[in-house]
Amino acid sequence: MQIDKILRIYLGDTWALITEFVLIGVALLAVYATLALILIYAERKICGFFQCRLGPNRVGKWGILQSVADMVKILLKELIHINRADHFLFRLASFVIIAASICTFAALPFADGAHVIDFNIGIFYLMAVSSLGVVGILMAGWSSNSKYTMIGAMRSGAQLISYEISAGLSLLVIVILSGTMQISEIVAQQSEMWFIFKGHIPACLAFLTYLIAGHAETNRGPFDLPEAESELTAGYHTEYSGIRFGFFYLAEYLNMFIIAGIASTMFLGGWMPLHIPGWDLFNNTMDYIPSVVWFFGKTFFCIFLALWVRWSFPRLRIDQLLNLEWKILMPICLINLILMTLVVVL
Amino acid sequence: MKKEFGYIREIFTGSYRLLQGMYITFLNMIRPKVTQQYPENRGKKIYPERFRGLLTMPHNEQNQHKCTACGICMINCPNGTINVISKTVETVTNTTTPEGEIKSVTKSKKALDKYMYDLGSCIFCALCTSSCPQDAIEWTNAFEHSVFTRDKLFKQLNREGSELITKNKE
Repeated sequence: MQIDKILRIYLGDTWALITEFVLIGVALLAVYATLALILIYAERKICGFFQCRLGPNRVGKWGILQSVADMVKILLKELIHINRADHFLFRLASFVIIAASICTFAALPFADGAHVIDFNIGIFYLMAVSSLGVVGILMAGWSSNSKYTMIGAMRSGAQLISYEISAGLSLLVIVILSGTMQISEIVAQQSEMWFIFKGHIPACLAFLTYLIAGHAETNRGPFDLPEAESELTAGYHTEYSGIRFGFFYLAEYLNMFIIAGIASTMFLGGWMPLHIPGWDLFNNTMDYIPSVVWFFGKTFFCIFLALWVRWSFPRLRIDQLLNLEWKILMPICLINLILMTLVVVL
Repeated sequence: MKKEFGYIREIFTGSYRLLQGMYITFLNMIRPKVTQQYPENRGKKIYPERFRGLLTMPHNEQNQHKCTACGICMINCPNGTINVISKTVETVTNTTTPEGEIKSVTKSKKALDKYMYDLGSCIFCALCTSSCPQDAIEWTNAFEHSVFTRDKLFKQLNREGSELITKNKE
């Protein structure tokens, strides 16, 4: 890389490395924040379309600057001091949530080469870090000294921990198919054909179960009962205000992006263009589209699916939610795992 | 065995129903949006014919209306919005008797003096227009009724000096 060479000329090796770390960190944070704004805008617009409305359309052309205005507003808001709350945990919770979200976000392969850390246990890392968020949620619920947040956090904890299993099992299907946990390797293996096509029925099933489980993990859509407005006001972040609430909000939207990003990386080929074996001309033309466009296109497609589901289905009750996971989704995932093993072995 | 079969069938029927729901919402998404951008579309939007904005009494070019001051609309109005004030008009007509004498006959007839309409208490139920035997009053699409004082909502529907339409006797 050019920047690397220049830095190494002027600074020592150690300092060059540190500067690069900082630069990449800043870049990731910038992308994180911008994506959050884009996602909030897209969500509001698409939600409007689903309800036969126009969505935000006053600030800027087509309301493009609406989420920027909202961001400025939330930055200027007062941080309300909660009486008799556990202040240390109360403040820590929002940082835990956003840190978990950023750690997962940073490990996504955004484009060809634009991949910050490439472990040999990449998926394992993604799963582990993304489930750290539940700690923040429980912390927030417990420390706020309020019934609403407490019940919301308990529900959320139960939901996240249960659905983590399905999500993990669905990803394992792809790990079995590819034989590796390294994300770059998984993406590279999809250069001939995306795993959703390569893996026959088990891969399609795994894609569906992953989308459902991932959707439940982001506390959105039909699974948003931890923050069911009608009964819990806002769930675990009821007592938060100002930028601390903003952190929760940001993390929620980015978790949606992360789930969609993982789904597109694992099943839809990540940044890999659409390749059909035998069609060389088609494959070559597809290669001209930049890999960033491919990654974000697929991810936004998955996000659109999530929003579509969100505005189609009614909210589940807590018992229905857990029934869905333990009685339906998990058995399907386990059977799917066996099916995939058979496909790979035979 | 039956129970297990039902469990598996439920998964499939359930997914099918969910897909049906998603199909409906997708149709909803691509449907034209119903939002009206009001101040911008002022004058451009065509309102439906039966939209009830304001009660009016149409007059023709000779400043004539169809109201006979029968008061049916006033009786039908559920909250006294309409007040028909009538007057008696005496017409003197000269008729020739069979004997050849010219005799003047005075006819007194009920006519409309003032048709008072209180927009502020109107509930736009349209009982007045549907009960009117002469079709003398009708609804228009004008809906921008905001004024600064309550008095401006009291409207007189017949114009000054207007009279009942004269029917052509054929």
